[in-house]
Amino acid sequence: MGGLAHYFETEGLPTTQISLIRQHTERMKPPRALWVPFELGRPLGAPNDPEFQKRVIMAALDLFHRTTGPVLEDFPEDAPSDSVGTGGTGEGTWACPVSFPLKEEGDVRKALALEVWQLSSWYRMAWAKNGRTTVGVSGLDMQAAVALLADAARGLEVENPLPGLSWPTTLRLAAEDVKAYYLESVAAQPGRAATPAELADWFWGRTKAGETLRALKAIALQSEDQEMQLLGSLLLVPRAQAHR
Amino acid sequence: MARLEDMPESAEHLRALPCPEFDSTPWAEGPPVDRRRVAMVSTAGLHVRGDAPFSVMDADYRVIGPNTAADDLVMSHVSTNFDRTGFQQDVNIVFPLDRLHELADEGAIGSVADYHYSFMGATDPGEMVDTARHVAGLLKGDRVTAVFLVPV
Repeated sequence: MGGLAHYFETEGLPTTQISLIRQHTERMKPPRALWVPFELGRPLGAPNDPEFQKRVIMAALDLFHRTTGPVLEDFPEDAPSDSVGTGGTGEGTWACPVSFPLKEEGDVRKALALEVWQLSSWYRMAWAKNGRTTVGVSGLDMQAAVALLADAARGLEVENPLPGLSWPTTLRLAAEDVKAYYLESVAAQPGRAATPAELADWFWGRTKAGETLRALKAIALQSEDQEMQLLGSLLLVPRAQAHR
Repeated sequence: MARLEDMPESAEHLRALPCPEFDSTPWAEGPPVDRRRVAMVSTAGLHVRGDAPFSVMDADYRVIGPNTAADDLVMSHVSTNFDRTGFQQDVNIVFPLDRLHELADEGAIGSVADYHYSFMGATDPGEMVDTARHVAGLLKGDRVTAVFLVPV
């Protein structure tokens, strides 16, 4: 971010920015930066809190009043606590939407299909409530996406359904869509208020989809293809979930 | 709410990432904030559904035009190490276009640009120099006098 600020200012365009990693901003010294004490992925602090978001924006834009720089100022407020669920007490017990013993390897495909099917009502409600969905980077139908990932996680040779993209990129985008579908769906369930970390623990630790992506990571790491190795080492499973 | 400091497995890795250092800090001037035309540049790997997704080390940009609905915006940033649930609930937590329009209506800023831009922040910034210069020309063509840079 600080690099872009430097390039734009050099071209005569005034910039101000949000900083999420203070140490990076200290090193790059962009002209105007507002460090915010928020979680990565949440530069404006909290969802659905317009007044808080506007305070963050105006604090960043107010740095244009300074006459010398570089300026690195701290935003004085923590993000309001929020939970992703639609309310309730926040005391609900998180559970895997599907839990039955798998008897055969082939059941992975079936279990994933069932998870997706069972979440589909919640997904539609989430879409209606939010007025949007973030699923769709791959363009694949959700059942096709999970079937593709299930087969790839078993090391099967599968035809790339997105021929303009490399196989690892197709897998990454399919995984992104699956994660978004699961997390949007479960956030629509009443009484399931949860923090982002709890949601991540649920997805990676308690769903067949999370288990499948972890299996795919292991398969990718065994590949001789460098892009597959990169997929396995960095682009599928978050660092905070790598202990599983 | 968790901060970076609360996530030691991520914090140490991220702080150690290389980033460019510059000998000087360029400083461009503009009119008072309430007369500025503001554009956003995000590094969240945002793009319109159906646009080419971002790839590893992609130094290109995507444009987000004036008629882009929130439901048309998706994210193909390659990093798995940041929260996406906030974005799933509210696009404005990453790309606060609604908030900018409200601030323009309230007179706090002059106006909102027609075109905004997205990069993929995991790419080495040094690879973005030529693209950034090109985007700077596009921003000037849109009469932008303030660029609000939003990371993810």
